[in-house]
Parts: sequence; structure tokens; C-alpha cells
Amino acid sequence: MDESRPIFVQIAEQIENDIIAGTLAEEAQVPSTNEFAAFFRINPATAGRGVGLLVDAGILYKKRGIGMFVSPGAQSAIVERRREAFRDEFVRPLVDEAAKLGISTTQLADMIRTEKQA
Amino acid sequence: MNAAIEVRDLTKRFGAVTAVDAVSFSIRENAITGLLGRNGAGKTTLMQLLTGQQFATSGSILVGGAEPAENAAALERMCFVREAQRYPEDFRVQHVLRSARWFFPEWDAAFAQTLVTDFRLPLTRRVKKLSRGQLSAVGIVVGLASRAPITFFDEPYLGLDAVARQIFYDRLLADYAEHPRTVVLSTHLIDEVGALLERAIVIDDGRVLLDDDVDALRGTLTTVTGGVAAVDAFVGGRRVLHRQSVGSFASVTVGGLDDAARADAVRAGLELAPVSLQQLVVRTTTSAADPSASTGTEELE
Repeated sequence: MDESRPIFVQIAEQIENDIIAGTLAEEAQVPSTNEFAAFFRINPATAGRGVGLLVDAGILYKKRGIGMFVSPGAQSAIVERRREAFRDEFVRPLVDEAAKLGISTTQLADMIRTEKQA
Repeated sequence: MNAAIEVRDLTKRFGAVTAVDAVSFSIRENAITGLLGRNGAGKTTLMQLLTGQQFATSGSILVGGAEPAENAAALERMCFVREAQRYPEDFRVQHVLRSARWFFPEWDAAFAQTLVTDFRLPLTRRVKKLSRGQLSAVGIVVGLASRAPITFFDEPYLGLDAVARQIFYDRLLADYAEHPRTVVLSTHLIDEVGALLERAIVIDDGRVLLDDDVDALRGTLTTVTGGVAAVDAFVGGRRVLHRQSVGSFASVTVGGLDDAARADAVRAGLELAPVSLQQLVVRTTTSAADPSASTGTEELE
């Protein structure tokens, strides 16, 4: 865990990563709040807030008395939202830093291509 | 959210020293609360007051609606694991564990046995022959296996190595998840226990500086770094908790930046970095102790 960001946000991201990777399939049951708390060594209330974030976003849904499950369509919904954020979080800082260092757009594109082949 | 403990205008003086200075706060029921602060901040005195081991000079404490001092019914619901717990002279570890069930109605002897194995405690050894770490482990076993509705741990890990501390944190979390109860943990190992806490109360010089959900506290402070002119222009009238400069660079810690302010900072070419809970406590307690830090400087030239 990264101590400087709210831990419940990091928990939500971790669960999302598992859904994108397919480790948690759609309609699969996700671990309980207490299991998340023990695994990540965090307060159960914090784990509960992380899970709650995903319930509010429709990524997880509750079956009363049974537990928490991955919603149908969760994977594509997460990927879609992260693609929208990709530009702000990754492309813009990359372009800004390249400009600071005098790297041209062509050079930058070449670097990305080379990296992809490596 | 119900309060397990309500404190109003509580003051404790020892002669000329004011150890606890007119504090008011409440401890949330069935949450793990961290009592954070430097040595001598008043953490232990506060815990002694809450558990009826000291009498308040003034103010009120309500535990489940009743004053705890000389109140057997209230005290029976509490377990206080002190940093320097004393036991009868001839007591061996097994005597401590056997007598614990007289004090704690919810005592779980089987759980205590598991913990003794986890911490590799020698049951037949005299308590006064134990190492500092083993003595701490005895306190932790009593604190956890007591299952007291309100459990206080005052710096419970002295002398424990990293492995044993991790065992404590893991057992605490697992048992708390199964048997939710109110836990108050005083500590200065904030980075180590930060994730275990739901609430944090930061005290300094007998006063409460911060009292909030840990998740809300994380991210309340931001470090802004960049050229001195740009940093100063951005800071303007904001309250600065810490400032450091090297040559033409400056780094300041400020609170409460909204999205617009963050965008302004980025446009001005400044770097923003979040401040961890540990750093938050260091920054707030040092700036409270030294008012000059709010305008202050720490030149490294």
C-alpha cells in the first residue's frame, strides 16, 4: 500500500485490476470485506469503503446474505473508463516531459515504437 | 456512529504541569482508533484517565454513559495494556493468563493459548525473568484474548522484533473482524500501523490537534515544490506547515488544496506530492510546538 493515498481507493483499484486481468471473472464471487482486510493488512472499515466504491459504480453487486459478485459487463466498463483517463494521466505528462527535454514528436513516436518491439 | 467514550473539557494537572489540557473528543464504537503523538504529548495520561487509573482535575469522561473512575461495571468492560505492566512478584506467564479470566468476562482461553504459541512465550517462566519483548507479548496476549468491549494498547510493541509486531497486527485485525470492538492504540510507529486504523486522534502538548477518519487525513496535506518565486506566488496567504529551500528551489507543505488550486499549481510548473500520515503527524506536531514554523524557514544553503 502507498501510504500517501487513501487506501480504500487503492483497494478499489486492486480489485479492478483483477477484474481486467480476468482473475475475477464476471459473476464470480469476490472475497469478503474481512478477507480483503486480512490479505491487505488494512482496517476492515477501509476495505469496506473500497468495495463500496465499486458497488456504487456498478462494478460489483450485492446478493443479500450471500456476498459480493462481479457485475456483468464490469470488465469492459472499467477498461472504457480507464481509457478515458489514460490521456490525462499518461499521455499529457509524457508529452510535457518530452517537450521539456527537447524531444520532438517524431522522436517520441519512434521511442514508443522501439519500446513496443523490445 | 455511536461513541464508546465521550470526553468533554478534560484536564489533568500534575502540580504545575498540565498533561491534558481541556480536550474534548469521542472514541467511535467498534472502530480501531490511533492515539498519535510524540513522547510526552499526553497519550498515556489520557489512557489512564479513560480507564479510571487517574482522576481528572476537571471535565467529564463518559464510558457507555457512565464515569469510569471507581465504577466496577464500566471498568469490567475495559482492558488497558500498559507499556510497563506490573505483575505480582512470583507470577509466571501461566499465572497471568489464568488470572485474566477473573478480570475479563469475555476471556477466550483457547485464543490466548494460540497467541502464546504464535509469540513463543515460555508459560512456566517467571514474568520478571522475561525479556522486554516477551513482556510486551504477554500484554498483547492479554489485550487480544480479553475480547474486552473497549481495549487500550499503550505502545504495546516495545522490544518486539518486526516479525512479532506483524503477528500482533495480523491477529488484531483478524480477531477484530470476527469480534468487532472498540480498540484504542497509542503509537508513534505510524507508518507501520496507519493501515490498521479507522480513526486517528493526534495529540500534542496535552491538546487534540487532529481527530478524523484516517482516509480523510491522508491527502489533507500536500508538498509543493518548484522555483522559489513560483512557490511563493502560489502559496500566497495559505498556511504553511513546513518550508524548506535549497538555492532557488523551495518545498512547502500546505493543507486543503482543491482541484482548482491543484490545476493552478501544475500550470505554474510546480510539483505536487501527497504527504503520508506519518509526515502529517510530524508536520502538525512540530508546527504546533514552534509557531515560527508557520512562517518559518529551514535553509539548507
